[in-house]
Amino acid sequence: MKILNKALLAAPAIAAALPAHAQDAMSLDERVNTIFAEFTGPFVSLIFAPLPGTSFPWIVLWLVVAASVFTIYFSFVQLRYFSHAVSLVKGDYSDPDDAGEVSHFQALATALSGTVGLGNIAGVAVAVGIGGPGATFWMILAGLLGMASKFTECTLGVKYRNEYPDGTVSGGPMYYISKGFKERGLPGGGALAILFSVFCILGALGGGNMFQANQAHAQIAGIVGDYPGWITGLVFAGVVFAVIVGGIKSIANVTEKVVPFMGILYVGAALVILLVNYDQIGWAFGQIFAGAFTGLGVAGGFVGALIQGFKRAAFSNEAGVGSAAIAHSAVRTKEPITEGFVSLLEPLIDTVVICTMTALVITISGQLLIDPDTGLYMLDGSAIATVDGNSGVSLTSAAFGASISWFPYVLAIAVVLFAFSTMISWSYYGLKSWTYLFGEGKTSELIFKVIFCVFIVIGAAASLGPVIDFSDAAIFAMAVVNITALYFLMSIVREELRSYSERLRSGEIKKFAH
Amino acid sequence: MTTKLVIGLDGAGSGDRALSYATDLAKRIGDCELLVAYVIEWSPYSFQTAEENAQRHKRREEEISTAMTRVVDPAVEGLRKNGMTASGIVRHGDVAHTLNSICEKEGGHQIIVCRSSEGGITKRIFGSSTANLVMSATVPVTVIG
Repeated sequence: MKILNKALLAAPAIAAALPAHAQDAMSLDERVNTIFAEFTGPFVSLIFAPLPGTSFPWIVLWLVVAASVFTIYFSFVQLRYFSHAVSLVKGDYSDPDDAGEVSHFQALATALSGTVGLGNIAGVAVAVGIGGPGATFWMILAGLLGMASKFTECTLGVKYRNEYPDGTVSGGPMYYISKGFKERGLPGGGALAILFSVFCILGALGGGNMFQANQAHAQIAGIVGDYPGWITGLVFAGVVFAVIVGGIKSIANVTEKVVPFMGILYVGAALVILLVNYDQIGWAFGQIFAGAFTGLGVAGGFVGALIQGFKRAAFSNEAGVGSAAIAHSAVRTKEPITEGFVSLLEPLIDTVVICTMTALVITISGQLLIDPDTGLYMLDGSAIATVDGNSGVSLTSAAFGASISWFPYVLAIAVVLFAFSTMISWSYYGLKSWTYLFGEGKTSELIFKVIFCVFIVIGAAASLGPVIDFSDAAIFAMAVVNITALYFLMSIVREELRSYSERLRSGEIKKFAH
Repeated sequence: MTTKLVIGLDGAGSGDRALSYATDLAKRIGDCELLVAYVIEWSPYSFQTAEENAQRHKRREEEISTAMTRVVDPAVEGLRKNGMTASGIVRHGDVAHTLNSICEKEGGHQIIVCRSSEGGITKRIFGSSTANLVMSATVPVTVIG
């Protein structure tokens, strides 16, 4: 708690210092960036350490192996129960007497609002910008396999959640790790749950906060011209503070209604661009397949494409990370596994559909420069050279803008709203981990919320490199603990699956007439 | 055979007219049961934050309790004082669809609602909901002006 107190004392001081140095804004940004990079460097290095003798980060292999293991262990549950998952979301199996409780659709939509966002817009651009179109192939594969990881963690999330006497619930990996390990007589559950909570808080501050603020600033600055990042950070922090501390629900409510609309608009615009350029879709898929196995000149060849694809997919859909289990655990169902079925739709929507759309638009737009002589992508450092040197969200913006000139303005609004929505979701995930560690209570919650808002300012001020590295590292660190626990607890999910499928076959579980 | 009438209320003063009409009708019928229903407008396809989801069960219980104590219980009590056999029910959902479902499930023979509300806690049932109910109900619907 001493460290905590120091951080709390330092936080307002940092915030207060920002306006005072407005005239020296760039140097302040750089200073924040340097301190941030130095502070997080060792943690990032550990998470992304390559396998001995290779350049392949062990964490990427960790995610791929886990998703593959769950896919095989549950006999391709993502394919066998896909239509059943859709029926559940439609409410076919929902008891009308339970109307008014959180529906499967609502839990899915809430979890999606935490994942669909910058990962789909900026993250894909990062993947394609470094790994080339081939990264898309690995991203789709990771999305399909990740459906099984999501199924596993969300089933456990509902099964082992805490239900309090006042009717509220708290769930997530920290709860199923501690309770599940205890139930199975396994040691170390408490320690793993604590470790997960720590990483979840870091993930909430990294990928769920700083990355969002950083990319939102990049997008706004791309439209209105360059200006210090801390200004965007302060505005965002103020609005988030108003919602999560001030309890101004109307802002969150408006966002929750507008964000799905923006998501539909984004996919709609991508579809229009693809339809207009329908003659290039075949070529784009050719680039994706060729790049997946040859790299087409990108740094690291096809391994580089694979690494980028898997990294961005994991960052986008968060399968195996454990965050969705926190969101899905609010559903009141007699069958925890039904929420597992519903959750497996998330990576499909997030990665297989939306991320692929972004990747296709970027590929078709011609923003990635190709050497006409060799047909390979031209490199600028370790990334692919682009028309205006764009990367991240600005690359996506330029790609959409190449076909629809005014779309970057819509995208700017979408990015801001997506960023805001993701921040609100992750503030909840982080808060649940925080209260797991420090106990429920208003003071404890307020401390976390203030820290969360301070990190928004830091995230907006720091440059992309250190922020994206730390965001990845924090999210993947959650996956290390969560997947370890899932291996020990997956037999519980298989028993749930066996029992449920038997009752579904026998007609004991049936659709309700609505 | 007992006739069952379902009275849809929205918490507004106009509901008294529906209650009054139902009482009169029940007296004419004789062997009659009255079921007072209040539907809280709710859609399973709305969007909520994670925090709202976590508190949803608690909120649902509070909403049911509020509707019961403020609208349904006083109405049922009033009917009983008039010598009627009456009970009450609160449900969440689409107003027209849910009222009809309640009627079907409880074996109701007719639904009685008011044409328009006069303000009050919610304007749940009337307006387009009344029109939807009239269009889709599987039993006769009486709309009180």
